[in-house]
Amino acid sequence: MSTFLGMPSLPVFGSGNLHAAESFPKAAHRELGNAQLRANLGHATHTIRDKRLQVVSELPDWEQLRDAGSAIKENVMARLPELLEQFEANFTARGGVIHWARDADEANAIVAGLIRDTGETEVVKVKSMATQEIGLNEYLEEQGIAAFETDLAELIVQLDHDKPSHILVPAIHKNRTQIRDIFLREMPDADPELTDSPAVLAMAARAHLRRKFLTAKVAVSGANFALADSGTLAVVESEGNGRMCLTLPETLITVMGVEKLLPGWRDLEVFMQLLPRSSTGERMNPYTSLWTGVTEGDGPRNVHLVLLDNGRSAALADEMGRSALHCIRCSACMNVCPVYERTGGHAYGSTYPGPIGAILSPLLTGIEAEENSSLPYASSLCGACYDACPVKINIPDILVHLRSKDVDSKRGTKKLPSQMDVGMKAASWALSSGKRLGLVEKGLPLGRLAAGPDKKISKLPGIAAGWTQSRDIPAPPPESFRSWWAREHGNPNDGVVPPQETATQGKEGQA
Amino acid sequence: MSAREDILGRIRSALSDAPAAPPVPREYRTTSELDEEALILLLVDRLVDYKAQVSVVPAAEVPARVAELLAEARSYVVPAGLDAGWLAAVDDGTSTGRAAGAGTERRRVDAAGAPLGVAELDGIDAVVTASAVAVAETGTIILDGSPNQGRRAISLVPDHHICIVAATDIAGILPEALRRIDGIRPLTMISGPSATSDIELERVEGVHGPRRLDVIISR
Amino acid sequence: MRIALFATCIVDAMYPRTAQATVSILERLGHEVVFPAGQACCGQMHVNSGYLKEAVPVVANHVAAFDSADYDVAVAPSGSCVASVKHQHPMVARSCGDTALEARATAVGAKTYELSELLVDVLGVTDAAAQLGSYFPHRVTYHPSCHGMRLLRLGDRQARLLRSVAGIDLAELPEADQCCGFGGTFSMKNADVSSAMLADKTANIRSTGAALCTGGDASCLMHIGGGLSREGSAATTLHLAEILASTLEAPASVTGDVRVTTGKASR
Repeated sequence: MSTFLGMPSLPVFGSGNLHAAESFPKAAHRELGNAQLRANLGHATHTIRDKRLQVVSELPDWEQLRDAGSAIKENVMARLPELLEQFEANFTARGGVIHWARDADEANAIVAGLIRDTGETEVVKVKSMATQEIGLNEYLEEQGIAAFETDLAELIVQLDHDKPSHILVPAIHKNRTQIRDIFLREMPDADPELTDSPAVLAMAARAHLRRKFLTAKVAVSGANFALADSGTLAVVESEGNGRMCLTLPETLITVMGVEKLLPGWRDLEVFMQLLPRSSTGERMNPYTSLWTGVTEGDGPRNVHLVLLDNGRSAALADEMGRSALHCIRCSACMNVCPVYERTGGHAYGSTYPGPIGAILSPLLTGIEAEENSSLPYASSLCGACYDACPVKINIPDILVHLRSKDVDSKRGTKKLPSQMDVGMKAASWALSSGKRLGLVEKGLPLGRLAAGPDKKISKLPGIAAGWTQSRDIPAPPPESFRSWWAREHGNPNDGVVPPQETATQGKEGQA
Repeated sequence: MSAREDILGRIRSALSDAPAAPPVPREYRTTSELDEEALILLLVDRLVDYKAQVSVVPAAEVPARVAELLAEARSYVVPAGLDAGWLAAVDDGTSTGRAAGAGTERRRVDAAGAPLGVAELDGIDAVVTASAVAVAETGTIILDGSPNQGRRAISLVPDHHICIVAATDIAGILPEALRRIDGIRPLTMISGPSATSDIELERVEGVHGPRRLDVIISR
Repeated sequence: MRIALFATCIVDAMYPRTAQATVSILERLGHEVVFPAGQACCGQMHVNSGYLKEAVPVVANHVAAFDSADYDVAVAPSGSCVASVKHQHPMVARSCGDTALEARATAVGAKTYELSELLVDVLGVTDAAAQLGSYFPHRVTYHPSCHGMRLLRLGDRQARLLRSVAGIDLAELPEADQCCGFGGTFSMKNADVSSAMLADKTANIRSTGAALCTGGDASCLMHIGGGLSREGSAATTLHLAEILASTLEAPASVTGDVRVTTGKASR
């Protein structure tokens, strides 16, 4: 157990592609207007939901695996400094080289420097959230280095000069026809007769990337897991592009967030059951590669790992929010989220969309960064994400926690309180006393006048206009329940026990 | 201050509330208690589901099955440590009716001292390897780079992988399998031919890795 | 049994018949219902909107109203309010450092039940027609609200009760487990997304051909009902307490002025 002796320092937040540039409601409004996007997302998320449910229900011990996964990650967070040092020692002893990066800029510079040292100007890439987060491709391009994405969905997004919208399936917002059109437009070697069958499109990607794989000298990857007790890294994938990148080049540079550690080999048996079933809804993904430093005669001779902070230590400092770092990037939460299903990933701005993004992005950047304060509100708190999460991250509770951080960060800073502030204060006054609520209710029959003969209210001003844009409000009843009860049962204090009994009850309650 | 010291310092500071490291409840299954017959049936079911081709044969019939599966391959590669007996029935001459390239042998052996180049591997149609362990429940075969499986590149680049699994190497569930292997070897876990779900989240088989996976279960 | 009714603010102010129906059901089963007069609201709107500080007096009021009353168990005709009482109240107390309030809130939460939970688990109701005289000859569909389903794990308790009502024609709601899009202030802060979720919910309800959609949460029903009304649909919403309280002699009407007679009044 590591002990910290100094004063806790202020958290240092992350940078890079972690921000919403416009508020979520605004971005969502635009995305909701795209009928094609809605249809594509609806189809894809429903397909994967059903598959996930089926493979999860096959396992009699799914809940026990979730419990183990959650506890292992909690353990990792509590022992992170010690495990990082242990990992570093093992990885280094087996011929790997570790680099530490405080933030996105530092990580980008390290990777570019390592590539430059090889003399190469082209690299192949395995899909990686960490390199998306730090904006590595854009940075390398500025440095005159071309990075080729090799995962099919990443390739689609890169060819279309678009941004990923999902952490597992970055091109989930595109349907097969749109993908065919992108290939025809952007792939010089594409067959003009290309159909929109997914199998045919996958073959086109194979042909397009084959030469790159066979000639690449440098590859850049992320990592799904890192085992502290051996220095082993793991990449979980489907297409074989990962194996190509991890096996054939001479130099392999992996970028990984510090939270990806697992204590040891035995923990992998838990996560390799949780991850594939939660992400693609398969019993097991087609390929998983594990490597421990450099192996003579097998795979890259130069093996580097960039350990990335970029706000993770800040997220860790938030006691209520730190479990967001347990995330294994499976994407189950976004696949079941009714909000994500309708807006898609771009509305969240950050590399991390969906429910996990709505908590992770503001935790990494701080709640006050750009428009990230709007992200924790992008949820009806329906709880579907928490149920689907393989490591039991209580996303709804963290969303609520971050909302209160947002409200508190704005207290006293504004010249005028918002309508919401005023409304919440007034409601707090009215709803913290039965008497006061009773008085307010006496005024409600006035609402019947507002409602008119059809007994509904169809237009309200201010923030309440959000409600009446698609919903009527029924006319209030002529009398509240409270008032009816007092009339029918006579005693307005019914239920309140005589003083001597109150005292006993009070004591019990406090025991 | 170095980035390393800085980051470790930030993390220690973030943990200044000294959160507890809870004990890990491992109440999930760690054994499956299936007999060999049940293990074979389950593994076959799962592999077929991934669109791998599977045959279950007595050990003595492995050579014939290998030869049959290689019938259409103009060339194939094997790791130096592969059981030579498995290739006994393969005709390495030209009698298959297919013309092997002039001066090239049909069988190529990848050895530690003389590895084949990537371009060479790309020109080879098939690969035959053994395997370290298999997981019935998930349809997974694990290669650990032992001499009868070879380095990772040889089972990746050729488009057709013929993999021999000994029935005694089939574990029921993943924890059983992982406990049988050494985690620091270069490992590849294979569950069916390469596949993608990247277009509309529908799985299609055959992308960059071998598009054809033949599994021979030997008992 | 002496049962304390937590009416919840929305039912108290907007849907008094839901609370009257709850009283009626419990009295029919031979229990005594009390109404702790100090009660107002569970405070989840404040908590869920990030106004934790403003939630403290609301929570404190609820705890004071319910830990001073003399009763065996408390019941509310709302899954989300019960979930708030059970899960959020101790957290709110903790957040303001009031350990005494936290302990009292935990004790109140432990005695508080959602209506179907109380009926099935505590009062042993398995057949509403036989035990309550429930009669409701209409085609009905049912929306299981998120908090009842995922926070309270009510499972099929509400559906089982509904199925046992005489005369009911219960139509399965497609995608029933999907949120209706209410989410408290979410419906205003993210009105566009909320409306899109609601539109799918109401379309699914209309597809069943049911005359009304029932459920265990008045707030979700107000949201869904508001959407149906705006769309000009003939379908409405009605809380399941009112369906359970409906009898052959005193039927709840499904359109217009729905009246339910309480057990006491009918005596």
